Amino acid sequence: MVKLIARTACAGLLPKTIGTITLAEIAAAPVTLIAPHRGQKKATSDALKAAVGVGFPAPNRCVGIAPRAMWCGKDQALLIGVGCPELRGTACIDHSDAWAIVQIEGADAVAVLSRLTPIDLRATEFKAGHTARTLIGHMTGGITRLGSQSFEVMVMRSMAGTLVHDLTQAAENIAARAVNAR
Amino acid sequence: MRIAGKGLNPDGAPLSFTFDGKPYAGREGDTLSAALLANGVRLMGRSFKYHRPRGALTAGSEEPNALVTVGADARQDANIRATTQSLYDGLSARSQNAWPSLKHDAMAVNDLAAPFLSAGFYYKTFMWPKAFWERVYEPIIRRAAGLGALSGDAVEEIYEKAFAYCDVLIIGAGPAGIMAALTAAKAGADVILADEDTQMGGRLLAETGEIDGHAGSDWVKRQLEALAQMDNVRLMPRTTVTGVYDQGTFSALEQVSEQNAPLNTPRECFWRITAKRSILCAGALERPIAFPNNDRPGIMLASAVRAYLNRWGVAAGKAVTVFANNDDAHRTAMDLIDAGVRVAGVIDSRSDAKAQGDYPLFKGAQVIATKGRRGLQSITVQDANGTHEIETDCLAMSGGWNPSVHLTCHMNGRPTWSDDILSFVPMDGSIPDMSVAGAARGKFSTLECLEDGIAVATAAVTSLDLKPQKTETPTAEDTPYAIEALWQVEGKGRKWLDFQNDVHVKDVRLAAQENFRSVEHMKRYTTQGMATDQGKNSNVAALAVLADATGRGIPETGTTTFRPPYVPVSIAAMGAGSQGHGFAPERHLTSHTASVDRNAPMIEVGLWYRASYFPKPNETTWLEACNREVNMVRNHVGVCDVSTLGKIDIQGPDAAEFLDFVYCNTFSSLKENRVRYGLMLREDGHVMDDGTTARLGPNHYVMTTTTAAAGQVMKHVDWVSQALRPDLDVRFASVTEQWAQFAVAGPKSRELLNTILDEQIDNDSWPFMACGDVSVAGVQGRLFRISFSGEHAYEIAVPARYGASLFGLLTTQAEAMGGGLYGMEALNVLRIEKGFITHAEIHGRVTAFDIGFDRMVSQKKDCIGNAMSRREGLLDSEREQMVGLKPVEIADKLTAGAHLFVEGADAVSENDQGYVTSVCHSPTLGYDIGLGFLKDGPNRYGERVMLVDHVRDNHVLCEICHPVFIDPEGGLARG
Repeated sequence: MVKLIARTACAGLLPKTIGTITLAEIAAAPVTLIAPHRGQKKATSDALKAAVGVGFPAPNRCVGIAPRAMWCGKDQALLIGVGCPELRGTACIDHSDAWAIVQIEGADAVAVLSRLTPIDLRATEFKAGHTARTLIGHMTGGITRLGSQSFEVMVMRSMAGTLVHDLTQAAENIAARAVNAR
Repeated sequence: MRIAGKGLNPDGAPLSFTFDGKPYAGREGDTLSAALLANGVRLMGRSFKYHRPRGALTAGSEEPNALVTVGADARQDANIRATTQSLYDGLSARSQNAWPSLKHDAMAVNDLAAPFLSAGFYYKTFMWPKAFWERVYEPIIRRAAGLGALSGDAVEEIYEKAFAYCDVLIIGAGPAGIMAALTAAKAGADVILADEDTQMGGRLLAETGEIDGHAGSDWVKRQLEALAQMDNVRLMPRTTVTGVYDQGTFSALEQVSEQNAPLNTPRECFWRITAKRSILCAGALERPIAFPNNDRPGIMLASAVRAYLNRWGVAAGKAVTVFANNDDAHRTAMDLIDAGVRVAGVIDSRSDAKAQGDYPLFKGAQVIATKGRRGLQSITVQDANGTHEIETDCLAMSGGWNPSVHLTCHMNGRPTWSDDILSFVPMDGSIPDMSVAGAARGKFSTLECLEDGIAVATAAVTSLDLKPQKTETPTAEDTPYAIEALWQVEGKGRKWLDFQNDVHVKDVRLAAQENFRSVEHMKRYTTQGMATDQGKNSNVAALAVLADATGRGIPETGTTTFRPPYVPVSIAAMGAGSQGHGFAPERHLTSHTASVDRNAPMIEVGLWYRASYFPKPNETTWLEACNREVNMVRNHVGVCDVSTLGKIDIQGPDAAEFLDFVYCNTFSSLKENRVRYGLMLREDGHVMDDGTTARLGPNHYVMTTTTAAAGQVMKHVDWVSQALRPDLDVRFASVTEQWAQFAVAGPKSRELLNTILDEQIDNDSWPFMACGDVSVAGVQGRLFRISFSGEHAYEIAVPARYGASLFGLLTTQAEAMGGGLYGMEALNVLRIEKGFITHAEIHGRVTAFDIGFDRMVSQKKDCIGNAMSRREGLLDSEREQMVGLKPVEIADKLTAGAHLFVEGADAVSENDQGYVTSVCHSPTLGYDIGLGFLKDGPNRYGERVMLVDHVRDNHVLCEICHPVFIDPEGGLARG
């Protein structure tokens, strides 16, 4: 009996430690894209809360940790880390394999991300639980703040290599600055 | 000459460097120009046009003369200002625009021909014959005139780009900027203080005045320490704000390291800073006086002479003279005397000038001549008592100060003339939410700058609803600025205005005489104000001369437009990171590694990398591999990764109606677990994309798009849903990345699938165009019986994490059956043989009618593009329509891009009958075949047409045929 072997998006590429930061793949599966049908957002949110403990997030917000519900577009959210409960009146689309998700953590995490994304990452503006759909280098993706020095960065799965490349290059530049810049 | 004990860094470590190959010694903290002057080197470059010997005019980023090339090969940097280049041990700099050497420059002969080379000379002289410009004149002129050269090697160093945000951006860290930063930071604002210099402090580092009873540089040090302690302050030294853009966005260039840093260290970082408020504290730049031969090495700005003395401990000469029209410049004499340097005289153009110390003063006097070919030797002074010749090796000149208004003009603001300071000052409100403080708005005393920094920052933080705390103004000098106009001095010899572009007073007058009277016209006619210094030293004086020549006032004459960048920005910094793997994202399939391991050449399809073909060891050309792969699919079975096709999951009670509106054919009638081919039109009625859509449930579809148009179609359905049909309750999301999908094609495709499916399929359970969920080796997947090859074929999908594994499994099984992998080349041949279209055919200008699909545009319902597709002329048989082509002589080769002509007609555009979109060699048929578009094509099957490819010089007589070359009934796919 043959069996298919699973391989994660960043397999063989991570983890890495560069200077003060670490890069690690987040094994997020299962991930479900949730899009309530017309007028169903509240009902969906209530049902979600009852079933898995987190409601439907407001725009640019991520609620919960494990599991968590992350806003990802107009009336859309990703339910991460728990199987999708039965949600009537809601389109539930499996996205477990659609994303490459990398956690970046460390004292220079903001400095590194500032090389790649145009959004305002100051702690006063982008707090833990805030999320944004934005650019990461040349890629569209998402950034979520997990903690003061910890972020989750996600791009399309096929771009995992480029994400790791771009984060690595930015982190190496920051590390080299600390050593060699005047 | 270095003066022991002077300067901010008197005990700096010794450094060695070379200039034009000659070794010199400098010290830590020097700029290259300071170190050269310390060694008595005044000659640093040759001018742009006349190759006149030049030395440093300034001590800052506005330097027009002392441009050098630093480093070599890939690390060569040209046009580096010696005045801003930090010295490091081993630095190697070369002069520019001189041959064979800086001292003996052959092209200095240009200077002798100067009477013939006035402004406008090129325009008048090199007009005829026309063809000579590009081939003869321009190459000669380019060789004769110019600055540094690129190495021609790709840059090896790393450059960065970065983004930053703040409440208050303060540009310039002189007395005004430092007080503004302290004030804003104490109020709780998030502050960025950016300064172009290696050391913050501005003029306080170059002057001897005290603040709060301490040396200016000591005071600066203490304030910077206080600022560095505050969490809400970010100090950005060596960062020049280069441009102002909409919405409070600024560009800035940070010099991160020198040319000798390890290659892994960024050289520069290009910042984009967004600020709620900005305060410009850019200070002011001293301006020269246009007197005869005022460009000799050794003649420099008075402020620069003080900077070299007070900051770097360097006397710019042994016997220094000063020429000025203002009180400020007398400080130069005092500082030099204090340092023990002889002051040979101060020449003040004002008749009421008073000496401030023990030096010879010439009142109401002017410098009317200078001597010294490669360096100043003497000057001739004229006053009421006649002329006096003074031996001097350094003349410090000051024509007054120009506030650095540049950034306030980047959004089309114009500065206004101030008679008090005889210069331009910024207009309020030129940049939204920017205010200006200190010398940048004409407040020239140190005390005024300190006070202004506090006041302006207080207003800025108040407007941000922050509470400013009271900030005490330190005590400092408050000398009034006394100046009298002096723009030019008459006399024999050229009176240089723009040192960088070799423009002198007569050139400006000539421009006015020839009716280039507008300041913008004068600039283009004379080239004044161009190149790296952008007229920082010359603009005000040049337009004063123009005003005089045209009989207008300076305010009426106005300024030229200051545009970004404020200082030169390397293209490497602006394009930072976008080389190599950083150029564009690389989208890799789950089969990528396996394909590369099999030596498949990967081709870029959009951002995706796809296998072109899978070569066998004995194959020497791509065509051999391609032919084998086609035959393999036709006779056995082939496997191809097709995950790049766009996949959109569509759900909702109105999903069917939505699809009926997006597609020109009908999807509401599609049964569950069935797939249908769909064609999508743009709003203008032309074909947008095609693909298959599967119905997985009553309100659940999965649409596939072409690889190339996946993003475009996703955007389109978003647009349709939000803007055109918000009444329909439908939700969708891309699932392209979720699924790894493989085509399994060929007579043995079902046999292969049955080796990996947990439940066997047959023709009854999975007929042609069936689809549904399947279990693939224990994993939930999807199976679609669709064919892009015309063969009995399927596409099988599993969640992407299993993609690599399934690809390996399918490969092994296929090879065991005499089949194997096929790539893009074979896929293309298979679809051309079958007459299937791609974006080669639906290239944006064709209609459904043109590709023979007009009957698919259902007239029983409305759809996007329906009405527009019925427009007159879009359903005309004279239109070019899709046909198949085959060579009459079967050995002939068809080429794509060729045009079609009636046999015997001239191959000119008037006779154009159509064009060829796709060609291939068909191993199935044994000859080349093609698809193309031909006028009235479908009614001309069996006729002959001439294929003419002017680019490849190919002429082939073709027979027009139906575009489906094999199995026109489609029996194979249904079999």
